[in-house]
Amino acid sequence: MPPAETETATTTDRSAARELLGRWEVLVAGLLLATVIVGQSLSSEFLTADSFTTASLDLSEVALIALALALVIVAAEIDLSVASVLALSSAVMAALWNAGLPIELILPICIGVGALCGAFNGFLVTQLGLPSLAVTIGTLALFRGLAYVVIGDSSVTDFPVAWTDRAFGNFAGTAIPNTMVLFAILAVAFGVLLHATPFGRSVFAIGANVEAARFSGLRVKRVKMWLFVMSGAVAALAGVVISLRNSTAAANVGQGFELVAVAAVVLGGVSIFGGKGSILGVVLALGLLGAIQKSLTLAEGISSYWVQIVIGTLLIGSVLGPNLVRRAREARGSSTTPRRGPWPSRRAATTNAPQH
Amino acid sequence: MSTPAESAVAPQPAIGSRSGERARRITEIAFRVRELGIVLALGLLIVVTGILEPRFVGAGSLRNLALNAAIIAILAVGQTLVILTRNIDISVGSILGLSAFMAGSLLSNDPGLPIPLVLALGMGLGGACGLLNGVLVTFGRVPALVVTLGTLYIFRGLAFLWTDGRQVNAETLPDRFLNLGTDSLLGVPILVLFALVVVLVVGQCLRNLRFGREFYAIGSNPEAARLAGIRTERRVNTAFVISGALAGLGGVLFTARFGTVDATAGTGYELTVVAAAVVGGVAIFGGSGSVYGAALGALLLGSITSALIVLRVDAFWQMAAIGALLVLAIAIDRFVSLRLEAALRQRSSRRATG
Repeated sequence: MPPAETETATTTDRSAARELLGRWEVLVAGLLLATVIVGQSLSSEFLTADSFTTASLDLSEVALIALALALVIVAAEIDLSVASVLALSSAVMAALWNAGLPIELILPICIGVGALCGAFNGFLVTQLGLPSLAVTIGTLALFRGLAYVVIGDSSVTDFPVAWTDRAFGNFAGTAIPNTMVLFAILAVAFGVLLHATPFGRSVFAIGANVEAARFSGLRVKRVKMWLFVMSGAVAALAGVVISLRNSTAAANVGQGFELVAVAAVVLGGVSIFGGKGSILGVVLALGLLGAIQKSLTLAEGISSYWVQIVIGTLLIGSVLGPNLVRRAREARGSSTTPRRGPWPSRRAATTNAPQH
Repeated sequence: MSTPAESAVAPQPAIGSRSGERARRITEIAFRVRELGIVLALGLLIVVTGILEPRFVGAGSLRNLALNAAIIAILAVGQTLVILTRNIDISVGSILGLSAFMAGSLLSNDPGLPIPLVLALGMGLGGACGLLNGVLVTFGRVPALVVTLGTLYIFRGLAFLWTDGRQVNAETLPDRFLNLGTDSLLGVPILVLFALVVVLVVGQCLRNLRFGREFYAIGSNPEAARLAGIRTERRVNTAFVISGALAGLGGVLFTARFGTVDATAGTGYELTVVAAAVVGGVAIFGGSGSVYGAALGALLLGSITSALIVLRVDAFWQMAAIGALLVLAIAIDRFVSLRLEAALRQRSSRRATG
């Protein structure tokens, strides 16, 4: 009987987890709705096409970065160098533009540089077996430093208007910025990649248990390598976008974006220990971040400094909340089981024992 | 980095008959070597830079070197404690900012406040922030990276709310406080004395006290530590509180040294501090490293920046150089520990076969 018991225990655990995961996106969506309602009551300008456009424009680059970063974190790694890759991409773009290259050629080169940066991270993590947290703190300084080496503290502002308009403008006369269209395309692409392909399944498997993944024949190193390359390439794309959108390419852009992106991913329900999460959750979390930022900056009489405090609290709360609920449920479970009679309670006691 | 290890081993060929003792000696040497490697790198840097540019080894220049590294070293000591327990504290920069502004505004409102009180208040504020981190990690079971990323924003946001755009100027601060950042005692800058005391006290506690060894036990194997009767949650809490308190102390000293403080004080310090610990040989996954290494790491990072400036290396190369060094240090550390592991395994298998 013991094997059957443990089996039912794990399946109920799994379905509970799935239930919770299903609820997570709902919860974030609910928070988003609440923020929209509160935001509208704080300022009548909140629910306007104009405020949607500016809010989503402000968040475009972080949003792009967060998509690829989500996959890295699901695989139980982390990439803190993304904002520096963004800056390096911007710096390379500026230098090549100064050198007189056509912009159609510069853009793929920039993205290639980002992919190379990602490959460098991936090499250090997968081939040398170094922890990604330490590696990417190092390359955070390295890539940002290289950005300064490439362009110094000068900046380039004379990009062709056709391209800056493309990055700053709206899609076909709607209130949706072009950058958001780009984000939507990438979100769908990454969503399909993570949730509907063998590659995505292996990302989850690696994040959940890297040893088990290796023994079941997954090419762990190769998958992780691709994740870092993608993260670098997308960060470089974000660098191109921010340079064109602001019509300014420089080495100091995007400082601190890495932490905002990590915050968005974690808020979206991706476990920092890997193995859990969804692109939908990340997209909703990004919406929530944007809505909070916009509503607090629009609101009169509330200091915009509250943005940081609210985001930090949400970030911790997003993990703390479910933990406390689980704790309370565990406590309630152990106190209610004796009422069912001696048999179930003893069973419950034996199945619960290993968890404590 | 490994050559000094071998030369140190060579003159004393295994007198210890039991290989367990031998294995212990190897580990001890390797740990010493980790710090020795940094000392070597530091010495090399200072000598080479000194030859190329004699001004660099002048008393004033070396004094500045130590002064610049002092605050980072103090924070790196706390960070080491946290990293040893397999956690991380990236909120230290924000805690420093809060405490720096508190010290500044307290003293400019009431210049008569005794300085030890201000130091104690700074450490108390930092310790409270650290306690919040610790409780969220241990009781709330939230990963340290998430907690301290969150409190990085929260503490910084609170600093912005509190300062509300104001800043504390050096003119409003009493001289006896500012002297803390400039004066010397017996030829050693007071700021450096602070750092030395913190490093030595924490270093000796970690090395010799049961209390200190428990941090290593937790980081090496949390489950085993718990089974061995170590109150892991309490120790993790302690590590965060100390890290916070030292960041608070760093904040007060920051104000004393720079005089002008606003809400952005210490922005980005978290990465420098973690970098100093990692360069100093503190393993990011816990259980190994020392505060001496971390303090030396802080000194090395600071010296490289100064050396590059003195050598008139294009300022834009500095950050890249530090990043490259960081990556190199992590790789070397990994290499050394892999070799160490292999050596230990070889010894134990030799013992097993006879």
